[in-house]
Order: sequence, then C-alpha cells, then structure tokens
Amino acid sequence: MNKINFLKPDNQNLSIYLYSGSFLFFIAVLDVFLGSFFGMNITSFLPNFISFLLPLILGIIGLHLIRIEFSGIRNLDLLNKHINTNIFNAALTLLIIFTVIKSIPPIMSWFIIDANITGDTKEACTGSGACWTYIKIWLNRFIYGMYPNELQWRINISFILLIGLAFVGLIPSEKIKKFLTLYYVVIYPIIAFILIYYLISGGSLGLEWVETGAWGGLSLTFIVSFFCLIFCFPVGMFLALGRRSQLPTVRYISVGFIEFWRGVPLITVLFMSSVMFPMFLPEDFFMDKLVRVIIAISLFEAAYVAEVIRGGLQALPRGQYDAAKSLGMGYWKMHIFVILPQALKLVIPGIANTFLALVKDTPLIFVVGLLEIVGMLNLAKTNPEWLGFAMEGYVFAAIIFWIICYAMSKYSYNLELKYKTER
Amino acid sequence: MSDKIIQMENVNKWFGDFQVLKDINLEVNQKQKIVVCGPSGSGKSTLIRCINRLEEHQKGRITVDGNELTEDTKDIEKIRAEVGMVFQQFNLFPHLSILDNCTLAPIWVKKMPKKQAEELAMKQLQQVQIADQAKKFPGQLSGGQQQRCAIARALCMEPKIMLFDEPTSALDPEMIKEVLDAMVNLAKAGMTMIVVTHEMGFAKEVADEVIFMDEGMIVEKQPTKDFFAKPKSDRTKLFLSQIL
Ligand SMILES: Nc1ncnc2c1ncn2[C@@H]1O[C@H](COP(=O)(O)OP(=O)(O)OP(=O)(O)O)[C@@H](O)[C@H]1O
Ligand SMILES: [Mg+2]
Repeated sequence: MNKINFLKPDNQNLSIYLYSGSFLFFIAVLDVFLGSFFGMNITSFLPNFISFLLPLILGIIGLHLIRIEFSGIRNLDLLNKHINTNIFNAALTLLIIFTVIKSIPPIMSWFIIDANITGDTKEACTGSGACWTYIKIWLNRFIYGMYPNELQWRINISFILLIGLAFVGLIPSEKIKKFLTLYYVVIYPIIAFILIYYLISGGSLGLEWVETGAWGGLSLTFIVSFFCLIFCFPVGMFLALGRRSQLPTVRYISVGFIEFWRGVPLITVLFMSSVMFPMFLPEDFFMDKLVRVIIAISLFEAAYVAEVIRGGLQALPRGQYDAAKSLGMGYWKMHIFVILPQALKLVIPGIANTFLALVKDTPLIFVVGLLEIVGMLNLAKTNPEWLGFAMEGYVFAAIIFWIICYAMSKYSYNLELKYKTER
Repeated sequence: MSDKIIQMENVNKWFGDFQVLKDINLEVNQKQKIVVCGPSGSGKSTLIRCINRLEEHQKGRITVDGNELTEDTKDIEKIRAEVGMVFQQFNLFPHLSILDNCTLAPIWVKKMPKKQAEELAMKQLQQVQIADQAKKFPGQLSGGQQQRCAIARALCMEPKIMLFDEPTSALDPEMIKEVLDAMVNLAKAGMTMIVVTHEMGFAKEVADEVIFMDEGMIVEKQPTKDFFAKPKSDRTKLFLSQIL
C-alpha cells in the first residue's frame, strides 16, 4: 500500500508534488525542444538509447506525480481528467506533444525560413526550402488559365458581381424574403449564366470572344463547380422522388439512370462526353466542350445526390405523408411543403459530402483538355524553365482546395444549425 | 341528398393474403358521433383510414358526402379536404411552427388568403386552449398540447367529418383529459365524428352509437346505452369486462 502512495500526491503535500512533477515535465519538453530547434542534446552524456528515451520517461514520471483524483485547482483537474487519466494516456499525450515539437522546425524551414519568394527566375531559388517564386510567377496562370491577360478584368467583374449578388439573402426586407427561394434556385443561376456567357465568353456586345479552351485555373474550377452544384441538385431531387414514385415507368427510368451513372467512373464519363457524345449529334450541331463537361459531371453527381436524398425521404415516418394527405394535399404540395423540407434538412451533411467530392473531382476535366487549377499546375511543372517544383505546386493546390472545402463544410454546418427546430 | 354522409357497403380489404376488413357495412348520418372499439389488430385503424382513402379498399363501395371513393385522385383530394383526421402519433409537421402547421393546408389547398387563414387558425387554437403556443414548434410542446394542435389543424380545413384514430393512446394519463375535453366540445358543436378509442367514459358521454370490431368484422353495433347495458355478442361482453 505504502509503495503506491509513495509517489501519489494528496491534498496536504500537493504543492511539492506539483512543483516536482511540473519540473520533470518541463525538462522533458525542454530536452525535445532544444534537440528539435537547436540540434542540442543536453543528455548526450548518457548512453544513446537512454538519452533518446529520457524525455518520455521523465515526462511520464512528471505527469504521474501531478495525477490526483481531485485537487480543487480547476486547470489541474481538467488536465488530469482529459489527458492524464493513466500512464497510457500520459504517454500518448507526451508522444503527441513531442511529435508536434519535432515537426515544427522542418515545416517552418521549408515553408518560410529556407524558402524563396524574390526574383522571377528559377535561379532566384537558392535556399533548400520551397520556391514560392515559382507560384508567384505562375499565379496569374493558376487563377485565369490561358485567358488573355488584358481581358482578365472580365472574369474579375463577373466574379465580383456574382459574389455580391449571392448576398442578396442578407437584405432584411420582408418583401424580398418572400422571393428568396425563387431567386436562389432560378434567377441567380440565370444571372450567373448570362454573366459568364456574355462577359467571360464574349463574342457579342463588342467583346472579343475567348474560347473555352483558353479558360482555366482557379476561375474554371469555380465555374465548373458552381454550375455542376446548381444543376445536380434539382436533377438529383427529381431522381430521388422518381425512384419512390408509384408509377412504374418513372420508377424504372430513375433506377436505371441512377444505377448507370453510379456504375461508371467519372473519368470515363468525361471522356465519353468529349469523344462519344458528339458522334450521336447531327453534323452541324455544336456544343461547347465546357458545356458538355458540366452536363456530364452534373448528371454523374446527380445520381449520388439522388441516393442521399432518398435516404432522407426514407427516414421520414409514414405519419407525415398520412397527415399531409389527410389535409387534402396532392403529391406536389405534400412534397414541397411537408416532405422535402424535412428530408433535405436531414441530409445536409450527406449533400455537403457529395458537393465536396464534386469540387475535388473537377481536376479530372483535364481528360478533355480543360485545365483548371491542378491542370495548370501540371502544365507549369513541365515547363522547361521551371522543372522540379512540383511539390510547391501541389502544396499550393492542396491549400487552395482545403480553403474552398473547409468554407463549404463550415457553411453546411451553419445551415444545419439554422434549420434545427426540434427540441 | 340524404343526410347519410358516409356509406360503406360490403367493403373488403386485403393486405396481401391477409383480409383486414370483411364485409363492412356502415352508415353515418350527419352530426352523428360513432365510437369504434375492439382488440388490437382488429382493423379499426384500417376502417377509418379507408374513409379518407389513406388505405384503398378492394371490394365494395364507400361514399363520402355523395362522392364515391375511386381511383380518381383529383376527387380524393377534394374529399380529404372535407374529412379531418387526427392520429395516434399526432403527426404534426416538426419543421413548422404551431401556427404554420394550422395555416399550411388552408392557404395552399383551399387558397385562403394568409391573413384570413391565420385568423382562423388562432380561433381554432383558442378553442383548444393553446393559442399562447402558436409561435412554438411542435417539439417544444407536451403530448397533450401537440394532440390538441393536431385537432386544431384538422379543424382549420373546416371539415364536415372528423376521424380520430386512438387520439389519446400515446398520451400520459394526466394529458388525456385535456384532449378528450377538446373532443367533447367539438361533439357538442355538432361535428360528425368517428372515433376509434378505448376511452369508454368518452363513448358514454358523446357517442350516439358504439361499434365493436373483431377480426375485420363489425361484431356489434348498437346505440350507446344498449351497447353497454345489453351487449348481444359474447365477444363484446368479454371485451367490455376486460376494459371497464
Ligand atoms: N400496411 C399494412 N400492411 C400489411 N398489414 C397491415 C398493414 N397495416 C395493418 N396491417 C395489419 O392489418 C391488421 C389490422 O390493422 P389495424 O391497424 O387496422 O388494427 P387496429 O385495430 O387499428 O389495431 P390497434 O388497436 O393495434 O391500432 C393488423 O393485423 C395489421 O397487422
Ligand atoms: Mg390502430
């Protein structure tokens, strides 16, 4: 009994344990810190093996010394309760702390300390870290693709207008609120299409025509994602309803459609959209490849959206249908006012999932020769003057995608909270 | 037109091979109150769900307010709008406030102006004593309040007939009374009602006729007094002895 109590604090001698425990813990962290940041080994007098493990041992002893059931000191109790409940958890905590300390210096040096951003040729990059000069020089291409520099203001204006118009919903006016759904579902997409068709594409109103093959980079990522999201959602919704329809024809067509698109890889679909699809069209019928790609991705993702929404429809109790019907609502009224609002609310996380996957699938459009941001990176990395900077490019793209996706995921989480009504 | 508002003639219904309703004959006059009772699984719910065609019958004729129930869905919606229904599980719309629950159908089915619908809804909510809850959501109300809201919601369609399917079975005892009170008031106001319930006190107070069902058949159908005083069939006697 004595032996266990020997290293156990109680409320009388708490402070001495607290100080000695914290001290050991501090030494352990300091040892790792110095080793990691300054290459110093303050325990080099010890045998190699022990010197390596010493921080862990010291840390575990230190945490053991401060482990107490209840001390009344709030932070200490929180610490003990969450990360220091037993030796195993203490060791895990220490390992995580050490890993973070160990990995900071190399990451910092690659990203910042040893990185270069000045100059405008490859030769400017002398350090061993990242060559941000490469990103800087190519940034314009990564954002606008091959879109002519002197016309890029057209893209800028379109995007600024679209972002501005997206905030109409925030206007606190009852009159406008009534039409919000209509606005976002119908009017906004139409405005977006008109802007992109007349301003970005051009060819009329005295604006020079820029073929879609020249579009690219991040702006293309946005255009493709935007339209695919807008189209795949309603299509998916109708497919989900169709799959549960009483009418056999509608049901079989929906099932067939969904199973077909879910069964083929996106890359095949994109390839077919550019190679096979035109063969079925009349000679003089022309459909831009960007349009074909957007249709293809939309239909592909619609199949997934349909199944997600169907899950929500199935989760609703039959009583909701009964109640709506008993009030005299027909199929459409019942679905628009009672069923879909509840089902869609349930599947916000699933839809967000599908949408995120969609955004991250957009780089695949390279198979038809459209180069969005990753496509442009791949192009830039094979430029003879800029060979060897693939890493910087991919890290850059990863950060961009992460920002986009994180924003979307935050937004979907807010939607969930906004529509939470029960309990 | 006669004052027979509901007529069921030789109605039969199957779920797959299983026959739930066997040769049901039932006539309900305007303003009549009918209580239906019987053991679990005897087909009570199915019977009243056939009256607004939430279930389809396969044989026989059902006529509601002079319209026969057929495949023609346009008519069905019109008939359903005139037949209110209250369910065991309340089935309020959880995403809408109490007030919106009540105004949804009047506005979109009956094309009533929003303002008028809200006035009507507040009047009905007042009747069942939950006008002060109008802005809340169903999830924030007690079971008894939810069921009273469900009654108000059905009444907002100004129906000619009200169907109740075990409206108090999912409620705690102390909430049963408040719901039954609302139903008694409705009965006194002259509504035609068919009520599936095991609350025999309610039956004695308001019912004109009580029906006892077993195994898909109407075993006994008598005026309320006679039903309790001198039931004809042994099954009814047994059932009553168990329940009273
Ligand atoms: N959708 C359905 N499919 C198949 N069988 C069903 C269905 N609905 C009900 N049944 C069956 O029909 C029979 C009658 O059901 P019903 O719900 O009408 O009984 P009930 O008298 O209302 O019983 P309870 O008092 O338990 O509500 C039961 O045996 C039930 O299992
Ligand atoms: Mg029942």
